[in-house]
Amino acid sequence: MAIEANGKVFETDEEGYLVTLADWEPVVAEEMAKEDDLELTDEHWDIINFLREYYEEYQIAPAVRVLTKAVGKKLGKEKGNSKYLYGLFPYGPGKQACRFAGLPKPTGCI
Amino acid sequence: MSETIKKFMYLNRRAPYGTIYAWESLEVVLIGAAFDQDVSLAFIGDGVYQLLEGQDTSESDMKNFSTTYKALGDYDVTKLYVEKESLEERGLTLDDLMPLTWEDEDDDWAEKDSIRLVSRAELADVLDDQDIIYSF
Repeated sequence: MAIEANGKVFETDEEGYLVTLADWEPVVAEEMAKEDDLELTDEHWDIINFLREYYEEYQIAPAVRVLTKAVGKKLGKEKGNSKYLYGLFPYGPGKQACRFAGLPKPTGCI
Repeated sequence: MSETIKKFMYLNRRAPYGTIYAWESLEVVLIGAAFDQDVSLAFIGDGVYQLLEGQDTSESDMKNFSTTYKALGDYDVTKLYVEKESLEERGLTLDDLMPLTWEDEDDDWAEKDSIRLVSRAELADVLDDQDIIYSF
C-alpha cells in the first residue's frame, strides 16, 4: 500500500504504518487522517509531535499507558487521560496517532 | 482486576550486540510491563555492557537501542540491579553506565535512580526472592 501526496509516494505496510520512518512529512499525517475521516487540529498535532519526539529520544513508540502519563506531564493533567486521547484519536491513541506520526506500531500493542 | 502480583526477574547475561538476546529481553520487558507485575532486571557478566554509556553501533548493522533503557522508568520498571563484581571484572564502575532514572509521580515527579549496585551475594538474595526468572 502507499500514500500519494505532494507528488511523492509514501510506502505503507499492510496495516497502514509508514515503512520508512525517515520519509515522514506532515502531509502523511494529513492524508492518513483524511482516510480515517478525521480533520487534524492543533490538539492532534500536539500528540503527533510528542510521539515523534518520544521516538527520537527512546527509539520506541510508547504504549498507551506510557503515552497517557507522559502527555499529562508535558501538556497538562487535563490531557493526560485516555478519554481525552481517545476523543482525538477514536481508533486508539497508540495505534492511530503513532500511524499518523510515521512510527511503527507501539511495542506491546497487539 | 484482582490478580496476584508476581515478582518477575529478567536476568541479562550477554553483551548487547552480536546476538539478539539483549534486545529481545528489552522488548519482552516492555510488553510485559503492561501487566502490572513487580518487574526487576538484573545485569551480570557481559550483560553489564548493555548499560554502557556512549554505545555506537555505526560500524555494525544493528540498531543502537541503548536509549530505550531510558524509557524503562516510563513503564514503571524502576529496579535495575547491576552486579558489582561483574563491573569490576571488566574494569568498569557505575560512572561508565548510562544514568537511568524514573520519575515518581507521587513525589512531584522527583527523579530517582533506577540502577542499584549490588554484590554477588546480595543479588543471590534478590533472585531467591523472585517468583519467575527469565534468563537472556
